[in-house]
Amino acid sequence: MRAFRYHRPADVTEAVALLDADPEAAYLGGGTNLVDLMKLGVQRPGLLVDVTGLPLDTVEPGPDGGLRIGATVRNSDLAARPLVRRDYPLLARALLDAASGQVRNMATTGGNLLQRTRCAYFQDTAKACNKREPGTGCAALHGQNRELAILGWSERCVATHPSDLAVALVALDAVAEVREPDGPRDVRLTELHRTPGHHPERETTLPRGALITAVRVPPLPFARRSTYLKVRDRAAFAFAVGSVAAALDLDGDVVRDVRLAYGAVAHRPWRAYRAEELLRGRPITAELAAQAADAELAAARPLRHNGFKVPLIRNLTVRALTGLAGSVRP
Amino acid sequence: MSAPVGAVGREHPRLEGQDKVTGAARYAVEYPVEDVTYGWAVPAAATRGRIVRVDAAPALALPGVLDVLHHGNAPRLTPGVDADLFLLQEPTVHYRGQFVAVVVAESIETAREAARLVRIDYDTEPHSTVLSEHHPGLYRPDKVNPSYPADTEDGDFDAGFAAAEVRIDATYRTPAYHNNPMEPHATTARWQDGRLLVHDSNQGSSPVQATLAELFALPREAVRVVAEHVGGGFGSKGYAKAAVVLAALAARQVDRPVRLALTRQQLFGPIGYRTPTIQRVRLGADADGRIAAVCHDAISQTSTLTEFTEQAAVYTRSMYAGRHRRTTHRVVRLDVPTPFWMRAPGECPGAYALESAMDELATACGLDPVELRIRNDPTVDPEQKQPFTSRNLVACLRDGARRFGWADRDPTPGVRRDGRWLVGTGVAGASYPARARAAAAAATAAPDGTFEVRINATDIGTGARTALWQVAADALGVPVDRVAIRVGDSDLPAAGVAGGSMGTASWSWAVIRACEGLRDRLRQAPGGAVPADGVTVEVSTADEVRAQRPLPRYAYGAHFCEVRVDADTGEVRVPRLLGVFAAGRVVNPTTARSQLIGGMTMGMSMALHEEGVLDERYGDWVNHDFAMYHISGCADVERIEAYWLPEEDPDLNPAGVKGLGEIGIVGAAAAITSAVHHATGVRVRDLPVRLDKLLEEQAEDGGSNRDGVPP
Repeated sequence: MRAFRYHRPADVTEAVALLDADPEAAYLGGGTNLVDLMKLGVQRPGLLVDVTGLPLDTVEPGPDGGLRIGATVRNSDLAARPLVRRDYPLLARALLDAASGQVRNMATTGGNLLQRTRCAYFQDTAKACNKREPGTGCAALHGQNRELAILGWSERCVATHPSDLAVALVALDAVAEVREPDGPRDVRLTELHRTPGHHPERETTLPRGALITAVRVPPLPFARRSTYLKVRDRAAFAFAVGSVAAALDLDGDVVRDVRLAYGAVAHRPWRAYRAEELLRGRPITAELAAQAADAELAAARPLRHNGFKVPLIRNLTVRALTGLAGSVRP
Repeated sequence: MSAPVGAVGREHPRLEGQDKVTGAARYAVEYPVEDVTYGWAVPAAATRGRIVRVDAAPALALPGVLDVLHHGNAPRLTPGVDADLFLLQEPTVHYRGQFVAVVVAESIETAREAARLVRIDYDTEPHSTVLSEHHPGLYRPDKVNPSYPADTEDGDFDAGFAAAEVRIDATYRTPAYHNNPMEPHATTARWQDGRLLVHDSNQGSSPVQATLAELFALPREAVRVVAEHVGGGFGSKGYAKAAVVLAALAARQVDRPVRLALTRQQLFGPIGYRTPTIQRVRLGADADGRIAAVCHDAISQTSTLTEFTEQAAVYTRSMYAGRHRRTTHRVVRLDVPTPFWMRAPGECPGAYALESAMDELATACGLDPVELRIRNDPTVDPEQKQPFTSRNLVACLRDGARRFGWADRDPTPGVRRDGRWLVGTGVAGASYPARARAAAAAATAAPDGTFEVRINATDIGTGARTALWQVAADALGVPVDRVAIRVGDSDLPAAGVAGGSMGTASWSWAVIRACEGLRDRLRQAPGGAVPADGVTVEVSTADEVRAQRPLPRYAYGAHFCEVRVDADTGEVRVPRLLGVFAAGRVVNPTTARSQLIGGMTMGMSMALHEEGVLDERYGDWVNHDFAMYHISGCADVERIEAYWLPEEDPDLNPAGVKGLGEIGIVGAAAAITSAVHHATGVRVRDLPVRLDKLLEEQAEDGGSNRDGVPP
């Protein structure tokens, strides 16, 4: 691997300045993805700016409910917070269903959101990948693509975003607090990740050098009735082949409000706005939940090996919503 | 008073267990070596063709890089020893990932970076990497691994099958499986005064020593191979492989010690793997399930370098009765790495196919699958026509059925539901040959009443060292604390590999003979006194093993399992996996159980998770790491139980053991897939049973409610 320099900045300002000054610099969080990619030669930073020592490691309740999660809070710590478990069970579930205990102990909140796709072709420098090397082609499009996207992909890239946490946060309308060289800015999680389009090498809307310093989760009382269902090829330590984050607010059996997001289906966490719209104001039933999923998945364009994701996501949507509806009944 | 006999059969933790868990045990690249350098292997980025140019300059320009070896400059090896090990000698590329260069540098990081900078240009040719029953290159090999005939025929299968009341004709497919021991293939090599010393991770350092001597044109005594602790191999280290050859070449080239370990990614191919198979099994029986005709046609792949044919249909030659029989093997040379041994080569995929077909036959006959197997248990070997030295398959099935609670099983598939879960149970039989190889061993008595026993056995984590120590104590008639055992060094008396479930049988045979010889010698010593420099007896079992009658000798087993399939997602979980085995005498129950449970787990992993996913455009497996090549984890299974029956078989070997390393994996996958069928009504005949295969079947059949079960 390439020899690199390592620096621990004293504060956020210094960290951002270092990235701004050096086009070969990269932030280092828990290192659970970046270090692997460095060994594989997929990422070759000349300078690692280790942000884990910055004072961004607290979880605080918001002034009117909600949460403010520091960017360097470890996944395992966040999942264990009583506040998170009580008010946002889908967050705790998404965190605990991810990776392994050891990885969760290292992985940070900000790093989790910015991890790279696990597409096999992206991780193999001997194969064509527009995300890794723009213009070389997408070997996955007509290759082994069982794990890859069914929604929002382009001819240039069919990768999926691997994070579970991001799917839950997108369902919750969370906001990333970002420090850029010009100053602080808020970025809604639903607008943080991109679809690949012509530029799969651009995964987020953040400019180079931007540092996520915290994630704010707005108050959402009905998120206490929420869940995250993840399906994977083995029972632990595997990325999702499909996942659903859901929160449900019922008035009797009528859907007053709902949040629904899908994971492992696209280049970004997929907020199911169309399904949510169809659900609101109607009595919740398994049939309605299936219809809502079908409406969202009408845009799906499965690849050669991943057609199963459509019925999988539909079934998960039904299970998540009927399960939550069941859990509010006396 | 300490009992002087009876170490065999007692639980004992591994002698080196504490050293391993505290990090004191040294593995191949952990020995401190002065002036050591680091090698990094460079894989070919072409699938078939020739290297036309190697540009090492950018790599050599990196500070700390000592050399870049390739076919144009590497030291010469003896041709004709082994095509797979004729590394860095020719510009030909036979498969993607073949090692075509080695970088040597002062640090491992520099070596890795420099490997990336080596520029190699290829003239490529069209390649063929996909196994298919329609491949025009399929042919009948002269023999299959290790030396069985490719085809056998007895009676008239076609007539017998045509006349049968019940016929099963099914084709089963298994993907490529990768051995993936925890410790990769790794070597520290150094040359000194024309002698080669390697610390190498392998399953048998005597054979590795012999191969290295031939390759480097040295007398065998000039090569020493040490493999004191080995982090697994599952067959892939049963022979000298690329890492040790590359390290020895590099050390000679730079005239300094070289450490070279393959990466996890590099273990997917160049070190061998289990070939994919396509297996057609036909069973013809009467309405009572008595088999009249059996045919097993197995197709597998090999490379353009070496012919290796997985003996998948050999299992069927001795397992169940049936007058009319045929087995065939066809193989095709593809532009792929050479397949090699992986835990129970032949029996593992073969039993998956035959035992699955037996389950289908039971269903077709409306017969319990345990009863079907009992009805077809032969009294003599169906092909060899000789009585088995011992055959306790039926006892394993009966004991397993009792322990599992099989008796009241409703055979109807797809009708048991527990909430979201579809529930089913399955069974399969298992057998594995009980063989032995010649070995030498030495035993020394010291004047202080202690003993040392030496044999170049290899403990790849199985507990072999501990078992031999127990065997030696009993053979010497002394308590274990007076015995020391040394293994894992080619300077010790030569012995064969830890493989084919032959280790304990072969090695304990030599150990027992050496200890017996020593006791005789001591009895003859005047006054029984041991001289200051001790008394040593060294023996070889070559004549005795050669004289053994060629009888059918097998270990047997039966697997029972319960699976649960999520009706909405197709996810499969295994609440219970239970195996009962008849494998001769058990030397150490602690390590025996570990071997059996390990084999069963690997069989479950084969059924549900493992699969080398080939991209035919590149000709390699795209999921070449542990994040993508899934191996079952603890959360996939709740309870694994392994039991064994007491078994005394005087026709085996002096220790009376049959070997336990492989029998646990044989048949386990068929038990799981049969249980999946029992749970869902879906027969998955191409492994692994992934959730998408079950989901798609359910979608085609009208969803998870298709058997009239309320959601």
